[in-house]
Amino acid sequence: MTLWIALIATTAGCYLLKYAGLAAPRRLLDNPWLQRFATAVPLALLAALIAVQALGDGQSLSWDTARMAGVGAALLALVLRAPFLVVVVAAAGTTAALRAIGIA
Amino acid sequence: MKTFSALRSPAVRDSLGIGVAVGAAGLAFGTAAVAAGLSPAQALFLSLFMFTGASQFALVGVIAGGGSLVAGALGALLLGARNTLYGLRLADVLGYRGARRALAAHGVIDETTAVTLVQPDKESARTAFMTTYVVLGGFWVATTLAGALATDRVSDIDAFGLDAVGPAIFLGLLWPRLREGGPRTWLIAGLGAGLALAATPFLPPGVPVLLAASAALLSFFGTADRPVEPADGAAGSNEAEGIRS
Repeated sequence: MTLWIALIATTAGCYLLKYAGLAAPRRLLDNPWLQRFATAVPLALLAALIAVQALGDGQSLSWDTARMAGVGAALLALVLRAPFLVVVVAAAGTTAALRAIGIA
Repeated sequence: MKTFSALRSPAVRDSLGIGVAVGAAGLAFGTAAVAAGLSPAQALFLSLFMFTGASQFALVGVIAGGGSLVAGALGALLLGARNTLYGLRLADVLGYRGARRALAAHGVIDETTAVTLVQPDKESARTAFMTTYVVLGGFWVATTLAGALATDRVSDIDAFGLDAVGPAIFLGLLWPRLREGGPRTWLIAGLGAGLALAATPFLPPGVPVLLAASAALLSFFGTADRPVEPADGAAGSNEAEGIRS
């Protein structure tokens, strides 16, 4: 039940954030400080999420060769400007293949 | 009605291409959600109503790591705040009011913004937005459900390498920004990742990512005299490139 409440509340918040953008006065977009900060926040968050989900294991850090190779394959696909689908499949495929041959 | 001409429109073709790619991510999300302890109904609820992939993955990631729901929710909301910026850019282009605006707000995400902002005029922008929204939403919800139900039956999801999909998706969102950005962009991203890793052993799951957001404060230092480049105004097209190239 608690989980449902959290999901619904977060969902409502995410919707309001989207709506606020469409409904806000246009001149907010002209504020350079807001622009800079709003562009920078996703950079920091996305990088943090990549690091934590790739190397974190609860409250400890762990190196999982197969998973890291998957992330590396995704990076390679992105550098080669592959479509998003290829990026995702490369990551999962590489990790799965390495695990299949016994590399953790 | 205009079904046949619609099928030939670039907006429709683009959105179908993106829809298929997003479908793969939806499969991974459904899987990750159920593996984290959500029911298939809860996974479906998020894809249907939260409908912003990065926030969904972030929230589920914290729950999977045993973190607090509050930390997970805050992380999801911080990530979801970039949709506010997209909305600001889309408001004029779409020009919706009232109920239509309330509905369209649900569809404001990375992909719809990217496809919409590169359209030459208002009418094709609206077509592109609605088509991408509907097609992508359909794929996203359907594949979430498929992934969630499949995971309910499969015991070892690690064997499919799906734990690498979350980071890969975030990397896919980050990479176009890094490619277009200067040293400061790399610095903010690097600091964010470093802070999060350094804090991981000491803070509950989910909180390190929130802490990492403070790296964005770096955007206030340095070449403040230079006006924000128009490139920022074209972040949507950067994203379009990242997703479609």
